Amino acid sequence: MSDVQQLTMPGAESRVRIDIAGLAIALTLLALAGLVWWDMTKLQLLSPYDVGPKAMPVIVSAGLALLAVGNGISAFRGDLPPRDSLDWRPILLILGGLACLIALIAVGGGFMIGTAILFATTSAAFGRRAFLTDLLIGAVIAVVVYLLFAKLLALSLPAGPLEHLL
Amino acid sequence: MEAFISLAHGLSVAIVPMNLLFALIGVLLGTAVGVLPGIGPALTVALLLPITFKLDPGGSIIMFAGIYYGGMYGGSTTAILINTPGESASMATALEGNKMAKAGRGGPALATSAIGSFVAGTIATLGLTFLAPYLVDIAVSFGPEDYFALMCVAFVTVSATFGDSPVRGLTSLAIGLLLGLIGIDILSGQSRLSFGVPELYDNIEVTTLAVGLFAVGEALYVASRRHIHEEKLEAVRGSLWMTKEDWKRSWKPWLRGTAFGFPIGALPAGGAEIPTFLSYATEKRLTKHPEEFGKGAIEGVAGPEAANNAAAAGTLVPLLTLGLPTSATAAMMLAGFQQYGLNPGPLLFADQPNLVWGLIASLFIANAMLLVLNLPLVGLWVKLLAIPQPWLYAGILVFATMGTIAANPSPVELIMLTIFGVLGFLMRRFDFPIAPVVVGLILGPIAESQLRRALSISLGDPMVLMQSPISATLLIIALIALVLPFFLKGLSRFKAVED
Repeated sequence: MSDVQQLTMPGAESRVRIDIAGLAIALTLLALAGLVWWDMTKLQLLSPYDVGPKAMPVIVSAGLALLAVGNGISAFRGDLPPRDSLDWRPILLILGGLACLIALIAVGGGFMIGTAILFATTSAAFGRRAFLTDLLIGAVIAVVVYLLFAKLLALSLPAGPLEHLL
Repeated sequence: MEAFISLAHGLSVAIVPMNLLFALIGVLLGTAVGVLPGIGPALTVALLLPITFKLDPGGSIIMFAGIYYGGMYGGSTTAILINTPGESASMATALEGNKMAKAGRGGPALATSAIGSFVAGTIATLGLTFLAPYLVDIAVSFGPEDYFALMCVAFVTVSATFGDSPVRGLTSLAIGLLLGLIGIDILSGQSRLSFGVPELYDNIEVTTLAVGLFAVGEALYVASRRHIHEEKLEAVRGSLWMTKEDWKRSWKPWLRGTAFGFPIGALPAGGAEIPTFLSYATEKRLTKHPEEFGKGAIEGVAGPEAANNAAAAGTLVPLLTLGLPTSATAAMMLAGFQQYGLNPGPLLFADQPNLVWGLIASLFIANAMLLVLNLPLVGLWVKLLAIPQPWLYAGILVFATMGTIAANPSPVELIMLTIFGVLGFLMRRFDFPIAPVVVGLILGPIAESQLRRALSISLGDPMVLMQSPISATLLIIALIALVLPFFLKGLSRFKAVED
């Protein structure tokens, strides 16, 4: 996919020599290495001839620690690729839509209302200003997909009050 | 000869009307979804996996074959018409193809890419047919230590050797391996990194990871930079057909592209980007019309497109014969097999010849269907491209979340999807490659079980890895592939080609 999208746009942030975000990445990796190690210490070896469930976590933890150092060096050198300025509003809209969907399913509200909300917020994140229309479109899509999944493919989706009407 | 008999047998499976229908649905779905900007073949397969797990395995896998090839065709249409390659392997196509479309030669660009893909796909699938039995014979003699070493080679080449930055590539791989640890360890029955969350005991679903990284991550990324980056759709003007001159300039690049694509795809050497860029560079050097390069040269579309498709078919060689995925799309195909409890590898050829050879035969059929369907349907695909971006991404997210909860109706699964989406967004922003995460998650647990099997046979002696000549050689190759990019910074880019 777009793992090769390193377009340098005008207006890219000018960065200080030490890349704070890069440093944060390195620290996160270090924390993950510690987490994997800590989890590994709780495992038991059952057979003396088997390296057991501990070997792979040890490798992964060591690798993560090493890569934390590597990423840290990149951060200090300012080696990270240039980044474009960031618009937070659409990100929050999409994540908010996902959060609504998750919450609604968790309390048994079914997926349909949540799906309609997710459709509308995502659409708003991409610049549409017709929230109610999109909510309606989202609801129609949810019904169509529900019927397709449930009736044609024999899959069950978490149902709430609305789904039971269909 | 053996391959001919097997293939003929496979054809008898693939030609059953039901299986033909599955192949047709596959190519249509694959092309339709692949055409949508931002959706590559890996995500296409990932989105469709959860909704097919109740269908018959044979038919579904034939459908995935259709999706696999169809997604590739769809991706090049997008690359040519709006210069948004859905995958990095289409980048070379976008370079010249989009210029051709801008100059009103979108038709011939689409035609040479479709016919070139057909030619390359057919030759490469023939290559697969004849190479597979041979490789299966070798693979049967592989011990667990050899498999482990082979997977080490794949890990390194997928993440470090050919990427922009070996450190970032290996970081992606480590995250994938970390995710692969989560859940109950089958051999000892103990849970790792699950923190008492029941949903985590059953391991991370590959489809949830891929859909999160590719669909949610891409949506977040595109939305966050919409204010600086707009896409423009080029209309297909003029004739769709290639002139005699176009044919003359296309057929050699097709064959050369195939010659680059198939071997590099078949080696566990990571993806289709390299052959497409090699093909682009070669055509640029050999052309009689150097002045057209950068302004829409048909050779620059024909060659890379052929290379891309040949590499895609080549990737199926290690996938089917060794169970070794070397690209994100191949990893999703492997997940498709695992969904039905099938493990690609030499044993699958022995146990399920109908399924494997039916699949290979279906690749030929899918390829032919694509050639026949695609050019006449190009108007339909263009209409798909005209879906307004807000609805497109909203629709993708709705489908992604519904597919995820249909497979696993739990809010925790959706929380994971969201977390992987944020991860995918951050990885795009900081330029970490995505494919190694997916490959790490799916291949990590397999590599671990091979390592543990090898070590329990040797009673815990790690020297077993160096005592088998196959394993020793492969580990040395892996080491070289790991160290080399740190010394040869120049190797790390065909970027110069883009200038």
